[in-house]
Amino acid sequence: MIKAILIFNNHGKPRLIRFYQYFAEDMQQQIIRETFHLVSKRDDNVCNFLEGGSLIGGSDYKLIYRHYATLYFVFCVDSSESELGILDLIQVFVETLDKCFENVCELDLIFHMDKVHYILQEVVMGGMVLETNMNEIVAQVELQNRMEKSEASDQ
Amino acid sequence: MALKIVKGSIDRMFDKNLQDLVRGIRNHKEDEAKYISTCIDEIKQELKQDNIAVKANAVCKLTYLQMLGYDVSWAAFNIVEVMSSSKFTYKRIGYLAASQCFHEGTDVIMLTTNQIRKDLSSPHQYDTGVALTGLSCFVTPDLARDLANDIMTLMSHTKPYIRKKAVLIMYKVFLKYPESLRPAFPRLKEKLEDPDPGVQSAAVNVICELARRNPKNYLSLAPLFFKLMTSSTNNWVLIKIIKLFGALTPLEPRLGKKMIEPLTNLIHSTSAMSLLYECVNTVIAVLISLSSGMPNHSASIQLCVQKLRILIEDSDQNLKYLGLLAMSKILKTHPKSVQSHKDLILQCLDDKDESIRLRALDLLYGMVSKKNLMEIVKKLMLHVDKAEGTTYRDELLTKIIDICSQSNYQYITNFEWYISILVELTRLEGTRHGHLIASQMLDVAIRVKAIRGFAVAQMATLLDNAHLLTGNTQRNGICEVLYAAAWICGEFSEHLEDPMQTLEAMLRPKVATLPGHIQAVYVQNAAKLFATVLRKHEGETDSHAAQETSQLLIDRLPLFVQSANLEVQERASCILQLVKYIQKLQQKKVEVAEEVTALFAGELNPVAPKAQKKVPVPEGLDLDAWINKPPSESESEDEKPKAVFAKEEPKHSRSRHTEVDEKELARRREARKQEQANNPFYIKASPSSQKVYDAPGVEHIPVVQIDLSVPLKVPGMPMSDQYLKLEEERRQKEKAERKKKEKKKKREKRGKERKADSGPESEEDITPAHQVDIVTEEMPENALPSDDDDKDPNDPHKALDIDLDKPLADSEKLPVRTHRPEVLKSPAEDRVNENIPQETKKRSGKETKEKKKGKEKDRKRSKEEKKKKKHKEVEEELLESQPEEAVQSEETKEAATPPTSTSAEASDLDFWLCSAPVPPAAQEETAPSSAAAVDTSSAAAPESEPDEPKDAEPEDTKSSKHKKKKQKKEKEEKEKKKKKRHHHHHHHHHHHHSDAGGEDSVQNGTVEEEEPLPPMSNYSLLAENSYIKMMKEDADQVYDIQGNHQDESKVVVSVIFENKSDSFLKSMEFNVLDSLNSKLQRPEGAGAHDSLTVPFQLPPGISNEARFVFSVQSIVMPQKLKGTLTFIVKSDESSTHEKLDFKLHFTCTSYLITTPCYSDAYAKLLESGDLKGSSLRLEGINMPFHHLLARICFHHHFSVVERIDSCASMYSRSIQGHHVCLLVKTSDQTVSIDAKCDEPSLLGNVLDEIKQTFSKC
Repeated sequence: MIKAILIFNNHGKPRLIRFYQYFAEDMQQQIIRETFHLVSKRDDNVCNFLEGGSLIGGSDYKLIYRHYATLYFVFCVDSSESELGILDLIQVFVETLDKCFENVCELDLIFHMDKVHYILQEVVMGGMVLETNMNEIVAQVELQNRMEKSEASDQ
Repeated sequence: MALKIVKGSIDRMFDKNLQDLVRGIRNHKEDEAKYISTCIDEIKQELKQDNIAVKANAVCKLTYLQMLGYDVSWAAFNIVEVMSSSKFTYKRIGYLAASQCFHEGTDVIMLTTNQIRKDLSSPHQYDTGVALTGLSCFVTPDLARDLANDIMTLMSHTKPYIRKKAVLIMYKVFLKYPESLRPAFPRLKEKLEDPDPGVQSAAVNVICELARRNPKNYLSLAPLFFKLMTSSTNNWVLIKIIKLFGALTPLEPRLGKKMIEPLTNLIHSTSAMSLLYECVNTVIAVLISLSSGMPNHSASIQLCVQKLRILIEDSDQNLKYLGLLAMSKILKTHPKSVQSHKDLILQCLDDKDESIRLRALDLLYGMVSKKNLMEIVKKLMLHVDKAEGTTYRDELLTKIIDICSQSNYQYITNFEWYISILVELTRLEGTRHGHLIASQMLDVAIRVKAIRGFAVAQMATLLDNAHLLTGNTQRNGICEVLYAAAWICGEFSEHLEDPMQTLEAMLRPKVATLPGHIQAVYVQNAAKLFATVLRKHEGETDSHAAQETSQLLIDRLPLFVQSANLEVQERASCILQLVKYIQKLQQKKVEVAEEVTALFAGELNPVAPKAQKKVPVPEGLDLDAWINKPPSESESEDEKPKAVFAKEEPKHSRSRHTEVDEKELARRREARKQEQANNPFYIKASPSSQKVYDAPGVEHIPVVQIDLSVPLKVPGMPMSDQYLKLEEERRQKEKAERKKKEKKKKREKRGKERKADSGPESEEDITPAHQVDIVTEEMPENALPSDDDDKDPNDPHKALDIDLDKPLADSEKLPVRTHRPEVLKSPAEDRVNENIPQETKKRSGKETKEKKKGKEKDRKRSKEEKKKKKHKEVEEELLESQPEEAVQSEETKEAATPPTSTSAEASDLDFWLCSAPVPPAAQEETAPSSAAAVDTSSAAAPESEPDEPKDAEPEDTKSSKHKKKKQKKEKEEKEKKKKKRHHHHHHHHHHHHSDAGGEDSVQNGTVEEEEPLPPMSNYSLLAENSYIKMMKEDADQVYDIQGNHQDESKVVVSVIFENKSDSFLKSMEFNVLDSLNSKLQRPEGAGAHDSLTVPFQLPPGISNEARFVFSVQSIVMPQKLKGTLTFIVKSDESSTHEKLDFKLHFTCTSYLITTPCYSDAYAKLLESGDLKGSSLRLEGINMPFHHLLARICFHHHFSVVERIDSCASMYSRSIQGHHVCLLVKTSDQTVSIDAKCDEPSLLGNVLDEIKQTFSKC
């Protein structure tokens, strides 16, 4: 199970947060801060796994993250997930973003947080991996966007 | 109205959208909070408008603000409004907001139930999808209960996109509403074989998640997963399955055996690192589960270790990390194979990556030996010095202590070294683990008697330099060490060189700044030291020194009497008074030392941590029973015991004799010793249970000579290194001496066999530096061996520990709305619904397998039945032959009858597991066309069937023979016997009234608490003569799962043969005269009239069961077949050929299969109008309605669809797919049955048969 997905930039500013377990808003912010603190002090050439961020913690949980240019993509997962699998999943997610936004950059995420959510919803649902095939994800996202557009033109 | 709309859209033009909001926030970096608060005000205005577009826009902005940490729960109702918009665009915004900020405490959630239900059944798949996604984030127990059925129907939706979402969300539903697991599980299981890979993957995902928490309930799925594993090419699915197997193998070692080969193949063949890694992980899990009592799979271990080494050496830090992680799993069971990679792991300690260093540390724990402990710890100490960041340093500290203290200090050869390490650790800046060091000091000082002198000296130094530890408030954690130091100095003060100085150190005013519990220990132990000082000066003519000590205490103690801490205050004032009294005595020149010492007399023994828990409850003691009548409730509330005193260390609670004169004291001490010697519950520090270094008794242990080559009293000087050096020298010397001796020996016994050179020093060669007595921990005698780990009772997954193999009871059905007519579903979906007689698929699959397995299975079956007759005798055997039942052994032992339904499942699994590891050749064949994987392996089974069942059989038959004889002796009537068997049979075919559930349920339903059902049987007498009795059962049908119903269908007939004579019956041959319609299935190549050999012989008094398969073309009419059984009766003197004729009667009922049916599908079916009706009236039926239903269910293979009071709808289905629906009503001994079926003649015959059944009773 995935417990949370956090995207924040090099300064710790959240760009997308998705908790699959309830935390109050202030707790969420604290988790983001702590996670950023843990992740940001790590070099780029160290491993992408982190154990025991105490807030989201429990010994069963791990932080698995990837750092792309200005953004950190952090997944908090339990032991039922394969570590390398999640790393692949992050890659799939980012590539999907890249396809949907055409050369995605931080600004896309800043201004279209909702759209990023919709894309994520096609990848992970309720903390479980829904789809790992990028083409399938992109197809579903596009179909829904088309539906939105047709609704907009109806008005 | 039109104006309003126009106004709305104009408004919207001026509204900020999400992008504007974001831009605005970015432009107001200085006063962001203020800006946002104005935005929130705007949003509140927008939410008040009627225009849904405006609202949706506002909600979208709120979602963004929520991310920034603003609580937006106040807008929950507006979010629900937006969710219920008919437009997808807005609906999506609403659901997104809801999924971000709704939780179980959100009260508007209960308003959403109907909206979500509507969305779930929306014709647009994306409405449904959005609702599912949203629901997955905020599903509550109520929502789960109300929507479970809707979601379950969606699992069979036509669109794979919806199916996979519905399947995934079921996991969340199970978590919130565990009752839904059993009803939904068959369908979920079906989805494992969904044509769409996404749906399949989702199902695997859910089942893996479920199985991870309660693996034993999912063991029976192992064959299915095995098949998936060999057939799937989706790495994601493979990884999940392989992980699942890792969780299952500890429960079933045979599974592990089966797994090793395909896994090893995967390891060799896959290029995906993630898959490789998970394979290695599971192989490790398998090896761990096999490690007990199995021949060592050294090749597999080597393969794993070697692959892991490659990972660790990889430049990719991730692989390095994972390699170390997996290595630590191997370490537990195969430390030797990991130890050879010590160099590599030590190297990882220097890695710049903290995650990797932590992993390496974990590994070190298991790698130490007597030989390398000091060296490894030295390395770690270096890292402690270098480490930046307290967390890593604390981790190092705990690891050092863990490593040294593991398995009772097994690897420590020199405790002086260890104490110095502990002392060095106290110099750590800002550690949180002071208490850990303290407890180690206490533990070592108490348990290693020989070290006390040294420990005391070190502790005295610590106390003397206490200011170094307490100087900084930041170092609060470390002052815990002083607690230990003070206690050790006090308790073992006889070892102190200069107790006066220590006493002085303990009474410094600075001590008052320490935490209360430490001060208390200081005060108490100051008193002990005082006693020691007094005794030291006893006998001296000049009592000046002693009096000075008393004065010191009298001067200093008042400081503690004023302490705010109760414990400190109480102890201090007590001791102060005592000292004052002593001072008076001293002034009168009375000798007091002995008496004061006696205050603290007595030896302390360590008690095992679980000792208290393990004292067995004496027989007949009921701790829950009231001794006196319970007090009234109001009273008891007041009397709640409160912990007034600070938690008291048990060490202080030993009894202290005060004011007892010398003689009395000595007498008591003697008495106690005597008592201890005689008391079986008092375990002396016996030399038997622990490592013993030839120390017969405490008194005889030589006190360790402190090695004075090490300066003791220089604070801040690491000594452990010097010990390391000394130790090395010592070992060198020892080695040299040994060599010398050996040489001598060699010289002496020259010419005799050459001894292997003692090149590398082996573990055993290293002798401890000192004779050390590690005192054993005390344990009560006959302590219970239970080591049950207390599980977390709040774990939500505990509720999901549900037996999934039990058939469904009616009461378990998912709640369906009844206040509204059923929503029409697409016909295709309905078809799917109909075609999911879940049980059937499972059953039929099982039975075809059974059929293929033929003989083997038969034997097993009959064996099983016998087993039940005398399950007590068989129990042990059962445990041997069916380890998965051993898992439930507790239940089995308690319950009068072992749960058959699971054992039937289990025997299936058993069979799959038994069919020895697929031979490599077959394996290769299987891999490509692996759909047949299970089949091939099971088909291959009969030949390769392991000897286990065969072994078991003779014994089995013997004992059953024994039993039969006994019965004969008792001259029980045959009738009774029959009944007995019927009863067993009944138990066999119906699920057991489960001991766990406690419900009395009939197959497919009807829960009744009234009367128990009378035993029922489908066995009828076929034919009988003086030698043999044949009983027939037609309960089990198999229909051709290939689906060509038209051509032919198969019916299995079980016949029980019972030998009634005293002779041996053999060469039984069974033959039937085929009719045009029904034919006995004969092996290929046999002629149409050849008879079948019954696959067993019958000793006197024994019965056994055989199955015969018939192929049938038309099933609308009942059939009769004539047949003959021939056999040879062999007695001592002669053998004769005998024959018995019989008539096999195939009723129409026997073509029906019990098939569960959902009420919605049932309603559809009746509405369709394809069915023709007929009816039946039965008069004078005098039995409870549920008995009636149970009879119809049992004898005629129906299942109850729904039951309301005295009316029930029932369903069954023929082997050729005819639907048969019954509506049974009863009133005043009259039962009317309205029936519908798509084949009128079949229906007529079935009704006739039902009528017959009831006319008989």
